[in-house]
Amino acid sequence: MSSKMLLLAAALAAAAIGPAHAAAGPEVASFVLSNGLEVVVIPDHRAPVVTHMIWYKVGAADETPGKSGLAHFLEHLMFKGTAKNPGATFAQDVAEIGGQENAFTGSDYTGFYQRVPRAHLKEMMAFEADRMTGLVLSDDVVEPELKVVLEEQNMRIANNPGARLSEQMDAALYLNHPYGRPAIGWRPEIEKLDREDALAFYRRFYSPNNAIVVVAGDVTFDEVKADAEATYGKVADRAPTNLRRRPMEPPQEASRAVTLADPRVEQPSVSREYLVPSETTAKPGESEALDVLAHVLGTGADCRLYRTLVVDKGIALNAGAYYSGTALDYAEFGVYGAPKPGVALHDVEAGIDGVLNAVIDRGITADELDRAKTRLIADAVYAQDNQVTLARWYGSALATGQTVDMVRSWPDRIRAVTADAVQQAARSWLDRRRSVTGYLVPSLQPQESHS
Amino acid sequence: MNAFARALLALALAAIAVPARATTIQRVVSPGGIEAWLVRETAVPLIAVDFAFVGGSVQDPPGKGGTANLVASLLDQGAGNLDSQAFADALDRKAIEMNFYADRDHLGGALRTLTENRDEAFDMLRLALTAPRFDAADVELNRAQILSMLRRRSTSPVDIANRRWWQTAFAGQPYGRPVSGTRETLPDITIDDLKSYWHRVLARQNLKIAVVGDIDAETLKPLLDRVFGALPAKPDLVPVANVVPRGLGRRIDISLDVPQAVVDFGGPGIARKDPDFMAAYVINHILGGGSSDSRLYQEVREKRGLAYSVSNSLIWLDHSALFLGGTASRADRAGETLDVIEKQIHRFAEQGPTAAELAEAKNYVTSSFALNLDTSTKIASLLVQLQLDDLGIDYFQQRTASIDAVTLDDAKRVAKRLFDNGMLVTVVGKPEGVASAAVASGPAVSSQRRAPLTGPPIGPANSELR
Repeated sequence: MSSKMLLLAAALAAAAIGPAHAAAGPEVASFVLSNGLEVVVIPDHRAPVVTHMIWYKVGAADETPGKSGLAHFLEHLMFKGTAKNPGATFAQDVAEIGGQENAFTGSDYTGFYQRVPRAHLKEMMAFEADRMTGLVLSDDVVEPELKVVLEEQNMRIANNPGARLSEQMDAALYLNHPYGRPAIGWRPEIEKLDREDALAFYRRFYSPNNAIVVVAGDVTFDEVKADAEATYGKVADRAPTNLRRRPMEPPQEASRAVTLADPRVEQPSVSREYLVPSETTAKPGESEALDVLAHVLGTGADCRLYRTLVVDKGIALNAGAYYSGTALDYAEFGVYGAPKPGVALHDVEAGIDGVLNAVIDRGITADELDRAKTRLIADAVYAQDNQVTLARWYGSALATGQTVDMVRSWPDRIRAVTADAVQQAARSWLDRRRSVTGYLVPSLQPQESHS
Repeated sequence: MNAFARALLALALAAIAVPARATTIQRVVSPGGIEAWLVRETAVPLIAVDFAFVGGSVQDPPGKGGTANLVASLLDQGAGNLDSQAFADALDRKAIEMNFYADRDHLGGALRTLTENRDEAFDMLRLALTAPRFDAADVELNRAQILSMLRRRSTSPVDIANRRWWQTAFAGQPYGRPVSGTRETLPDITIDDLKSYWHRVLARQNLKIAVVGDIDAETLKPLLDRVFGALPAKPDLVPVANVVPRGLGRRIDISLDVPQAVVDFGGPGIARKDPDFMAAYVINHILGGGSSDSRLYQEVREKRGLAYSVSNSLIWLDHSALFLGGTASRADRAGETLDVIEKQIHRFAEQGPTAAELAEAKNYVTSSFALNLDTSTKIASLLVQLQLDDLGIDYFQQRTASIDAVTLDDAKRVAKRLFDNGMLVTVVGKPEGVASAAVASGPAVSSQRRAPLTGPPIGPANSELR
């Protein structure tokens, strides 16, 4: 789901984000300030550092049509200073204390974070509370930053045929919902964004009642609560809560196919995205079954797709599947394969369909179910090793309508998945009519075209 | 450890404030004489192991570039009586994570397991290191996957710029050969070559090990012997000469039809054991070390909007040292971007940093170290790097003092030493604005990366971007 890819602004060192799911390890707690700001505390006392994140419940899917890229552009501009802390005061402070910072924008949220020695948490909260409503923008900082964003679009998308195809696939998958727009925006629309657009978006959405703060690290609940009240607690809620009622998808009745041809493509590939429920919109047990299904079909060298296409049939160099379920309105289930030289793309696609149909028709084995559960639950333990991973997991879940309890119960919910539920999920959701297939090819020669 | 990771580590190593609860490193020596550095941490029920053998792609046989990388890709593809599928299945059932990589100077790897599967995980690692199969079908599949990756890289501006930089700077030297090999060398690597490499390089004497997590020294000792004890005592390594990057003052333009030009710039660096290393580390942070405060970031990105990213890294290898930086800019402004970078580097070489910049950078480099000690895998990787660099088990205690010792005079002198030698520059794209003048001095962005372990040519479209 490239439309929900996270685009980070400041190109600073950032910790790698690991598995999508964390575990019920630490005693995670949360509270809500009187101005509506929710605060989540994740204790991790192994090192004297703290990760402080603020997640605004607004993203690219909340942009006004014609203003695509605005959420991300504003994310960049949030580093331009306030009346109280002008210019790069905040960034310089973070650097001086040996901290790291970064930010990211997705379809459903915009986030900012700092990793600092533990003693500086309150200072970070004060800075972040200040820029929640105090941003000052002048054209002489806005104009160069727009160029930076255009270079970011060049780097991430325009220079990369695979990324360009991914954008086109999302646009084709969503007939009506704004997830069809790239989070970084369409270039002709980015080019027209200006200071007034950014400030209007900021005033409309940046408010404590639209935000979640996540603090992970060497802290206690009580100190975080006291610090949050003394900083964020002073910010008045200035905007109505963002209800995020977006245009929803009509019944999807026609499978779609898009082909991107670029002479730079040296390794063709085929991928398909199915429109499926997100963790937030799924019926009980459904997204968990999709997690297991993605693992059985497409994770690791022993999954069905890799084993069948790469090892047994020997027609592909790679194959796999994924389910990216953390989203407010919809999620995508993806499958992909890359042919060996001399093998046609449609043969790989047929091979993928054969594997999917086998699961739809006959389900998965008890052994596959057990292995997938073991691995997914272990991922939750591994996630505890990285406080940024944990903070990202809680933040993204809460910013897309989940609760702390839902996150904590995820391993138990995975344990409860049955083989029948996985087969049912495959039957319900691996439906070509709700999908787009993308072909990445060097040219549109007849033998390489697909219809 | 790839060069870019090394650069990041350098950032870490350059100055560590000893954390409040200092990470305690134990030197553990097994009954069989195998040493590992251990940090015990029981808060999370997992164990992370990191290790490296000295001898990476520089030990590839002549004309067989990519051998080390292909060996690394095959170590977890079947061992002992388990073929590749059975091996993958055994790892998957216990959620054991194992991977291997080759870089220019090392073949290394990492293991991560839940504590409850400790013995099985260590046994799997023993099999991978001491009884790899190199079955023909797996060799051919991995070879095909790496060739596919090389084909993809052949049209990627970032990879072209980087590969050309290394090929030119180290022409005719082992460091000039791509770690992954080329489309010409890979087909010639035989199974015997792979077995020979494995036998020559994977030995106890050139091995460094770190273990972090839920395990104590007494439990670890016999496991070290069990995993690594069957390896040969000594490696059989080809001597490698010390070299310096060449081609300074040259700019190489490579034409590629892309909207954004990619630029790499670099020159000779400073060795890790050089008394000036820490000063070099600190001043590079000021010039282009990846902070939004850096001069290159301010001049190229903040003031002019010429690029999304611009940075410069110090890279140290076993037989050379360099600085390598990079950026990417709209095709018609690539010349202007390069011009700004060259002027900044020239000015920095002439004048060095200000006292205020130096003080801030020293503070940053000192304090930020703790951020690198917050996950088991990061700590394990760092401990292996410390051993490879021969910095001593008390490095954490020494680090702050070595940063404090950098004076403004040192900083200015080392700025001149580092950045006044001219640079080799590679530009890929349609750099309409690039003039044909000789170049002053500078380095490139992320250089080699860890080789893909199972060589997936494409990933899901939803990997996160930063």
